[in-house]
Amino acid sequence: MKEILERALNVAQLRGATYADVRLVHRIEQSLLVRNGVVQGISQIEDMGFGVRVIADGAWGFASSARLTLEEAERVADRAVQIARASALFKKEDVDIGPPVVQRGTYRTPVQIDPFTVPLEKKLEILLAADAAMRAVRGIAATEAEMVFIRERKTFASTEGSWIEQEIIESGCGIEATAVGPDEVQRRSYPNSVGRHQMTRGWEFIEECDLPGNAPRIAEEAVALLTADLCPETVTTVILGGSQVALQIHESCGHPIELDRVFGTEAAYAGTSFLTPEKLGTFRYGSEVVNITADATLPGGLGTFGWDDEGVPAQRVDIVKEGLFVGYMTSRETARQLLKLLGPSPYVTGLSNGTMRASGWNRIPLIRMTNVNLLPGTWRLEDLIADTDEGIFMDTNRSWSIDDKRLNFQFGCEIAWEIKGGKLTRMLKNPIYTGITPEFWRSCDAVCNADHWVIWGTPNCGKGQPSQLAHTGHGAAPARFRNVRVFSRK
Amino acid sequence: MLGEPIIREILGKALRASPADETEIVLEAHDSALTRFANNVIHQNVAEVNTEIAVRVVLGKRVGAAVTNRLTEEALGRAIEEAVALARLQPENPEFPGLPEPQPIEPVAAFDEAVAGATPEWRARAVGAVCRLAESMGVNAAGALSTGVYELAVANSKGVFAYHAGTETHFSTVVMSDDGSGYAHRAAWRLADLDVEALGRSAIERALRSRNPRPIEPGVYPVVLEPYAVEDILSWLGYAGAGALAVQEGRSWMNDRIGRPVMSPQITIWDDGRDPAGLPLPFDFEGVPRQRVIIVERGVPQGPVYDTVTAAREGRRSTGHALPRSRPQTASLGPIPLHLFMAPGEATIEEMVRQVDRGLYITRFWYTRLVHPRDCVLTGMTRDGVFWIEKGEIAYPVRNLRFTQGYVPALAGVRAVGKERWLISEGFGFTCVPALLLEAFTFTGVTEF
Repeated sequence: MKEILERALNVAQLRGATYADVRLVHRIEQSLLVRNGVVQGISQIEDMGFGVRVIADGAWGFASSARLTLEEAERVADRAVQIARASALFKKEDVDIGPPVVQRGTYRTPVQIDPFTVPLEKKLEILLAADAAMRAVRGIAATEAEMVFIRERKTFASTEGSWIEQEIIESGCGIEATAVGPDEVQRRSYPNSVGRHQMTRGWEFIEECDLPGNAPRIAEEAVALLTADLCPETVTTVILGGSQVALQIHESCGHPIELDRVFGTEAAYAGTSFLTPEKLGTFRYGSEVVNITADATLPGGLGTFGWDDEGVPAQRVDIVKEGLFVGYMTSRETARQLLKLLGPSPYVTGLSNGTMRASGWNRIPLIRMTNVNLLPGTWRLEDLIADTDEGIFMDTNRSWSIDDKRLNFQFGCEIAWEIKGGKLTRMLKNPIYTGITPEFWRSCDAVCNADHWVIWGTPNCGKGQPSQLAHTGHGAAPARFRNVRVFSRK
Repeated sequence: MLGEPIIREILGKALRASPADETEIVLEAHDSALTRFANNVIHQNVAEVNTEIAVRVVLGKRVGAAVTNRLTEEALGRAIEEAVALARLQPENPEFPGLPEPQPIEPVAAFDEAVAGATPEWRARAVGAVCRLAESMGVNAAGALSTGVYELAVANSKGVFAYHAGTETHFSTVVMSDDGSGYAHRAAWRLADLDVEALGRSAIERALRSRNPRPIEPGVYPVVLEPYAVEDILSWLGYAGAGALAVQEGRSWMNDRIGRPVMSPQITIWDDGRDPAGLPLPFDFEGVPRQRVIIVERGVPQGPVYDTVTAAREGRRSTGHALPRSRPQTASLGPIPLHLFMAPGEATIEEMVRQVDRGLYITRFWYTRLVHPRDCVLTGMTRDGVFWIEKGEIAYPVRNLRFTQGYVPALAGVRAVGKERWLISEGFGFTCVPALLLEAFTFTGVTEF
């Protein structure tokens, strides 16, 4: 395979590329799904190919192929240069990616137990046990239990002299119980909704999740929700569970700090951002208890790796410090653009902070969230609830929507409980809360401590054209927000 | 492009090599390219060649699947071995009805040499014209133009062999002025049906017209929805409840509504994978011919679409709406209509506006998510041009609003249906939809722009 990479780089240069990189990716994904007691499917997906990214005539081009031959490497490199030349027909200035980045090395996700060495029988046994435990609860109409394991090996090489080999291993799992009433549907999920929770960890992560042990609880909650009271329409204090805080970070902080969005290059699809460059270092994003980082070095996070897909080392970056907005996620190109726009400062270096990732060999890297985390606070959850005279505790996301600048959001949760006199009281169904991003984060007055902190995985973050699904992580603990508008829909 | 003879040979060889009781092989190949622009320049420009082969094997009532994108005989043999090994591990699925038997499939023309031959230069010049026009008008265009060739083939050991080759081209653009924006999109399988410059011009005009938006209060308003917004309604009705699995599990908006008039008699919706006015695909991912299925007729839900599994459960025949079954997560969605049409009406958009005393004109919806499935309640934002209508005329632009609205009840109050339909495809499948004038739409919030 080394020859294919070298041939692609050589041909790109011979055709006139001033910069080229090539990524060869081999990915194996194993999925298991049990639905209503029946094994719906076990599948193994193998995906392999290479992509060549070039700068020629001062513009970008990219071509890719699944055919792994030297002839195809030549054809694809040539096509990438042709495409770059077509891009150059309508450029305003040459692409500037800054000083060369020369990296050589290897990275492998540290795992205790390689999930691909665990027999399928054992995996199925857990899924079937969890599924049976959910179906044993009277009133449950549908159940689902799934596991996903991914091994991605990729080699990155560039004309600047980088040669990097990485192996990323992911493990994910989840269960869902659905109860159907006369005119409504209620669902509970564990550990997270939308299918599963996922980390760059091994089989040990699946065992820690204990799906069968949590199955009866979520099934009982789904049934109980059918007869629970509706979440009232009011303005009140809200405590969000950790996975919902993770989603809130993802949508209202993670996306708006992507510098490509800020510069408008995702405007036609994912949207832009309210966090425009003049706000860097001056804008109060949240209250003083709000500290957010983008950290690709966090062990186990779904956005953890050794180098990004431009060959830039993984980094930990401050995004919000004591409420102040202080950093973007950048690429080599956008870091230079920001430097030209704002000049050097403690927040602007002109160098990428290593967040460019592609969803596969056939996609170009884009700025993607690594692990964007709300750092732990000081509260124990029990104390936080006890400290809240009146409010609502909401947990596990059910629906999410936010405007294209990431300001107005509305999130629904699977379940809620009323807080009265410092205690969780009656269960509430169909809870929804809504707000404007900076107002909401400025109303955050408490974050729970490291004992409650989990690096939640989001394996389905969409961006780009052609579309790409990224795997991102979000360290989060339960947090409290004041004066939040809540309501429900029947 | 691989072509039918080569694909037939590859699949035939693989089927003969399989030791399973039944075997199905689905091959998807594509050669596609996309030119993306933003800030009035091309900033991303990509091309891809890929072929994916999905193997599904059956041992008694045990089913296993494997997928590879490597076309070598060795890789295919390994995929079959893996699928067999996975099937052996499974408990029996008593519901599995067996792979489908062969049925005649009429080919549908959906291949345009002009799309297949589109070059990077052609795409660059087409989007370049939009960028130049935007620049000259002092606005900022972003978007993408794609062209591609795809092939789908399904073969099984019971004698099914289905092959289709088609082309697709898509253009979309968001044009931004200081505080306004506009949007245009269209899909086609013929290059001649896609007028990139005209679409760009309409988005530019909208971006200019939507400047200086005024604040507006949330509330319930009559709305004129452009086809882009109607596309969202139709897609969600299809995805979240027009498939048999959702109905069988009691989580569809069709539950308790089939045969009852729940929408306006002006609303008729059907799925047709064979209509050349759409993006035709004459069979599904099990090799079953796609039937034209009426989902809503004159406001009355008629029933969902089926694949072989959900059809067998009710003793019926599949309507040809299976999704790829090799990935368990996709298979668990059940059958879904991907080729949706809404019947046109008589009105022009201008006539619809004239019928509104006080209401809103909406270009499109954005980031819509299901809040509750049984009424198909969605929340989402408006985007790229919202206008206040006063006494039958568009009065001024307003800021974007958030809505939380049941799509089924929304379609109960239809005052007019547009006579022109647009072909829209921004994801998997497409819709061919008119504009609508609705009596009432519930807006629950506003944003700052």
